[in-house]
Amino acid sequence: MHRVDLFPTHEYQGLKLRQGRPYPFGAMVMGNMVNFSVYSRYATDCTLVLFHNHEEKPFIEIPFFKEFRLGNVFSMIIFDLDYENIEYGFRMDGPFQPEEGHRFDKSKILLDPYAKLIVGRDVWGQQPNWDSLYQYRARVVNDDFDWEDDMPLETPVNDLIVYEMHVRNFTCGASSGVKHRGTFAGIVEKIPYLLELGVNCVELMPIHEFDEFENNRISPIDGQRLYNLWGYSNVGFFAPKAAYASSGRFAMQVDELKNLVKRLHKNGIEVILDVVFNHTAEGNEQGPYISYRGIDNKTYYMLTPDGNYYNFSGCGNTLNCNNPNVRDMIVESLRYWVTDYHIDGFRFDLAAILGRDQNGNPMSNPPLLESLAHDPILGKTKLIAEAWDAGGLYQVGSFPSWGRWAEWNGKFRDSMRRFLKSDDQVLFDVKERIIGSPDLYASQGRGIKASVNFITAHDGFTLMDLVSYNSKHNEANGEDNRDGENHNNSWNCGCEGESDDPDINRLRHQQVKNAISMLMVSQGIPMVLSGDEMGNSQRGNNNAYCQDNEIAWLNWNDLEKNADIFRYFKQIIMFRRVHKVLRYEDNLRHCDYLGLGYPDFSWHGVKAWQPESGYNNLTLAFMLNGQYATTDGMPDDFIYVAMNMHWEMHGFELPQLPEGMAWHVFANTGMPSPADIFEPGEEPLIESQHEVLVGPRSIIILVGRAAS
Amino acid sequence: MNIEVYQLAEELDSFNYQQVQDDILAIQNKGCSVVLDMTACKYISSTGLRVLLYSKKMAASKGQKLYLVGISNEVKDIMDVTGFNSFFDIYSTMEECMEKIK
Repeated sequence: MHRVDLFPTHEYQGLKLRQGRPYPFGAMVMGNMVNFSVYSRYATDCTLVLFHNHEEKPFIEIPFFKEFRLGNVFSMIIFDLDYENIEYGFRMDGPFQPEEGHRFDKSKILLDPYAKLIVGRDVWGQQPNWDSLYQYRARVVNDDFDWEDDMPLETPVNDLIVYEMHVRNFTCGASSGVKHRGTFAGIVEKIPYLLELGVNCVELMPIHEFDEFENNRISPIDGQRLYNLWGYSNVGFFAPKAAYASSGRFAMQVDELKNLVKRLHKNGIEVILDVVFNHTAEGNEQGPYISYRGIDNKTYYMLTPDGNYYNFSGCGNTLNCNNPNVRDMIVESLRYWVTDYHIDGFRFDLAAILGRDQNGNPMSNPPLLESLAHDPILGKTKLIAEAWDAGGLYQVGSFPSWGRWAEWNGKFRDSMRRFLKSDDQVLFDVKERIIGSPDLYASQGRGIKASVNFITAHDGFTLMDLVSYNSKHNEANGEDNRDGENHNNSWNCGCEGESDDPDINRLRHQQVKNAISMLMVSQGIPMVLSGDEMGNSQRGNNNAYCQDNEIAWLNWNDLEKNADIFRYFKQIIMFRRVHKVLRYEDNLRHCDYLGLGYPDFSWHGVKAWQPESGYNNLTLAFMLNGQYATTDGMPDDFIYVAMNMHWEMHGFELPQLPEGMAWHVFANTGMPSPADIFEPGEEPLIESQHEVLVGPRSIIILVGRAAS
Repeated sequence: MNIEVYQLAEELDSFNYQQVQDDILAIQNKGCSVVLDMTACKYISSTGLRVLLYSKKMAASKGQKLYLVGISNEVKDIMDVTGFNSFFDIYSTMEECMEKIK
């Protein structure tokens, strides 16, 4: 049976056309036809502009005839188009009345907001033709891909160990030793490394198309041009960054990214995307026309009553997330990444903005966040909010969640950093962070799984810099060190920056191990910043968004230089993965509710069972009862952790274990490598079962299991 | 096993993919496995990669084989980074391929 609607009804300059399908938006191949569809509430006219690949001038401009319009949607089908060799854009006509919110300009050629393949910035750093009328060009994508039996992994969220990384920084340095440096393919080459480290989830900093040339500054240090390296500035919400694909010059970034996801999944590693739905790369009134501004400014942007751009993002404009059409675009984008790329989760940059209404006011039940929490396709997708924005809205603990949203727990970072540098005002807070921040997440039925714990992230110091610098050193960013966070809660261990002093360097390594220990023995989802496991430094730069050079690129030689740190990371990550008792999903009860003889969790001090015993708010200890965390009926071990952030040694009295069990030492950050940490399961018995001495600024982790 | 060799031109992309796909299918419809001689091929587009994979799957559905021979470094690289390489039996020379499959 053949369809009767597969014949052209119109011809225009040799191309055969017919009425299109208004939905889905964007371009879609249907046999020998391509359907183009775009909506604009306020446009009066629209033209489809077609180019041969890379050509400056279009070869045809096809008006959307009256019969090609339905509601506010323009759509047409073109027959027998050699779509691999065309680039397409739109011209929109309509009022230019900025005070009313309209900025139509039919002299501009505009990118399809739903473009799934964008070319124009195909090789990183290659100068484009700045005079070109059409810079970021949409192409029609081959969206078939042989996933075989791959699907998102659906790893329980409490079992995740997240590795926050940047596609380019990860392998761009020559020391990475990969063939395809700084690309998706380069990450594939490093999968064995990720497996050795033991992480089971990578969180990719933005991989949607952006323009690395968006930054115009020059480095005052070496006169080199600075880039937008991080990419928190979307050109398109459906297309991967071409220059992150080694095959980007052939426009094969879609396949290369899908292959990366498939390979990671095959190795048990999930993929979370850092997505930026709070603003676009079009900037403020002075910014360029890329797409949204010219397609339907008033729909896409939050505007002040006199038509200017609200700037809750700190980047010039704010996406109008709770406009129903923009909301649909965001939902559709996320569904697309899950359906077509098998993405496992999303981290939403400045997510508090997503809860603001069209006038910028925070809402109590933001429809966008509610839609995402209940979306059927996103039903098992991890949703993680950066629960604040640049407009001063801070919602850590109060982000509207419907029991679905997790958050970057900024308070974990702040409390742990202060404790690490022996701040004696923070112990109460630290204890909440260790047990999964019930003070923040016990309500709304959220539990421990709502807390993404981290001490370092791309924003701010690396872990090695956190223990090597008291203040930021961002001069190379070209803003006289004004940019970047001023309150870092960091301590340089006695000397600002790199040091030859062996005592200082020993202490720094110890502090790094203390930090990763705090992260890995706390309840919640730990997130590790890529490079911290090898002691990566950014030379004190705490905002390296523009440093496309050795400052931000990982130096893989550090693996050898800081071999003890890497070894410590590997073992403690493994420790977390084998001990279910460290990975509760819901809140701890602090009592023996199953009558097993010991509570699920107990606080201790320098005296067992007496949490109030300690030194100046700088010591704490706790014990986890493995009998409360069984796997197939087998109980986990007991785990005891003593943290001494005082600069003197303290003895900690140990709680007595059940008959037949004994304490074994897994880690002691005060010891030199390799006695600082042991293989999980190979921990040696400790001599005294009654007390451990915990050195200055040290953490000891013990395992209680059969004495054997 | 009946085998026929099919030679690819310098490029395989949207300009010639239909012809190539039809030619390979014609061989497969005769009941033959196909050895694709890619020695001359220097560029393969996204559509071209799909012709290869489609032909491979068609072969599998007919209980036939499809081998790739003489892939240039440029094409090999594209197939590696997009993951298409993982679906194929690839030989560097015709001799090696014939030796293996005889």
